[in-house]
Amino acid sequence: MSDLRVDLLGQVLPGPVIAASGTFGYGIEYSEILDLGVLGGVSSKGLTLNPKYGNEGERLLETPSGLINSIGLQNPGVRHFIENELPAMRRALAGTGTAILANLGGGCIEDYEEGCELLCATDVDFIELNISCPNVKHGGIAYGVQAESAKEVVGRVRKVCTKPLIVKMSPQAEDIARMAAACVEAGADAVSLVNTFQACAIDLEKRKPVFNNIFAGLSGPAVRPIALRMVWQAVGAVGNAVPVIGLGGIATGEDALQFIMAGATAVQVGTANFADPAACQRITAEMDAWMDKHGVKSLDEIRGCAR
Amino acid sequence: MPARCFDAQVFSRTQVADSIQRLTVRWPESVPLPHAGQFCMLRCWEHDEAPLLSRPISIHEVWPTGNDEPICQDGEQLDLVTFLFEVKGIGTEQLAALEAGDFLQITGPAGNGFDFSELDAGAKVALVGGGIGTAPLYQTARELAARGIKADIYYGFRDEPYAMEQYRGHFGTVRVATDSGRVGFHGFVTQMIKPEEYDLVLCCGPEVMMRRVAAMCAEKDVKCLVSLEKKMACGIGACLGCTCKTASGEGKSVCKHGPVFDAKEVFA
Repeated sequence: MSDLRVDLLGQVLPGPVIAASGTFGYGIEYSEILDLGVLGGVSSKGLTLNPKYGNEGERLLETPSGLINSIGLQNPGVRHFIENELPAMRRALAGTGTAILANLGGGCIEDYEEGCELLCATDVDFIELNISCPNVKHGGIAYGVQAESAKEVVGRVRKVCTKPLIVKMSPQAEDIARMAAACVEAGADAVSLVNTFQACAIDLEKRKPVFNNIFAGLSGPAVRPIALRMVWQAVGAVGNAVPVIGLGGIATGEDALQFIMAGATAVQVGTANFADPAACQRITAEMDAWMDKHGVKSLDEIRGCAR
Repeated sequence: MPARCFDAQVFSRTQVADSIQRLTVRWPESVPLPHAGQFCMLRCWEHDEAPLLSRPISIHEVWPTGNDEPICQDGEQLDLVTFLFEVKGIGTEQLAALEAGDFLQITGPAGNGFDFSELDAGAKVALVGGGIGTAPLYQTARELAARGIKADIYYGFRDEPYAMEQYRGHFGTVRVATDSGRVGFHGFVTQMIKPEEYDLVLCCGPEVMMRRVAAMCAEKDVKCLVSLEKKMACGIGACLGCTCKTASGEGKSVCKHGPVFDAKEVFA
């Protein structure tokens, strides 16, 4: 049994695997499927200040080793989350050290600020600022491409944010290293990356794009090597200053360990939850088994060792 | 009750028609038995094998239901759950290759099924199905029969009906229509059913058929429940990939809030 605990910004998480936003609901849905207590955290479905129906038309398409989604930040709004889903999440996580990340996305800067203020008045452990949703025009990706835009929104949210602030980055960023640096300069306490990759599919019978928005977000094992490269770059840029949380196609303990060896403090698991509802627990156990076999007692021993 | 995820053993698997398979599994005692209209996410390939997603398949039969004679093996009473599905692609092809004794992964029971708890024993109920949409209606008929309600059956198929022989005995009249006219009524089920003869109509099939049945029921002020089908990633309400719009404009998950809805709620 290795020590899989992770110190994330002063909070000790029971494990290195955080369930990624949008793939794990509010954790409640998985309460009978796995032991939520082994997770480092659960990141909520992406929240916006006001409720959102999400996108019309097709929302899902399987691809080789991947999944394209166009959900469009469907969520009940920050206030509904605070009154309903958050207490249920707390109940499901009672007695565990598993952190709650409130993933906040969408809208104009004022909406981000107001949403953040409301969430900071609750007992969520972290704010994960989503500047990377590719499926909503103002879902944040507008801020996630250019470092200057990111700096503006992160800076403004930082001013009202009293919780540890994680900024979730898009792989569409023009320059990953510059983007990570801009987020940190603007006050991010940590960065998580990557969100989904902008992708496209065409329905031959209809001779039209599958998704109403034409482009949608690709995730899953297909993107993992690219995500790992980007995490490597982000660690290179800001790893000495802040924790980097790595995600993108992680489906096994070995995958997760690659991100840790690239320098990630912790990892998030998303699409793998759909192929295996117990993926977060299995991946944690697989990391443990590999470490045991190789005499590695804690993640600190191997974090960034590949660099 | 949140869904479980467990391995179950195949009890039997038979081909029912050209591309229609019947898969029966031994249901573990530790998991509550599903009921009519619910479904499960099925997977008999590894998490790192294609396809990425498990397949949502509706409950066709739960044994025992009501006064069913228990099935015993080695002195042990078995709970059996049957799925009837159409082979459409690489997921269902693998499910169709399962043999007795094999294991598969099940996530479920998922969703809310047909709720007829408010019906009294004298209620008149019609089950209207089209194609593979008839699959969940068999267990529905069985659960109704266990409550003393003999539901009338209206099923439509393209050409050749399947899984019909089991409707002998405890049910009401059975009417079949085929598009080709090869068997039964030549035409659509919507031409056979008179909603005003019923207190409740339960419907599952192609959306165009369900919309038509729902409209006919609405016209006669008869309650109509429909079971929707959508692509799903998680099957348990987490991914929001299967959202449908309700009359109020609110989005509901077909997997978690459905798949059964009041037709008025989803076919506004």
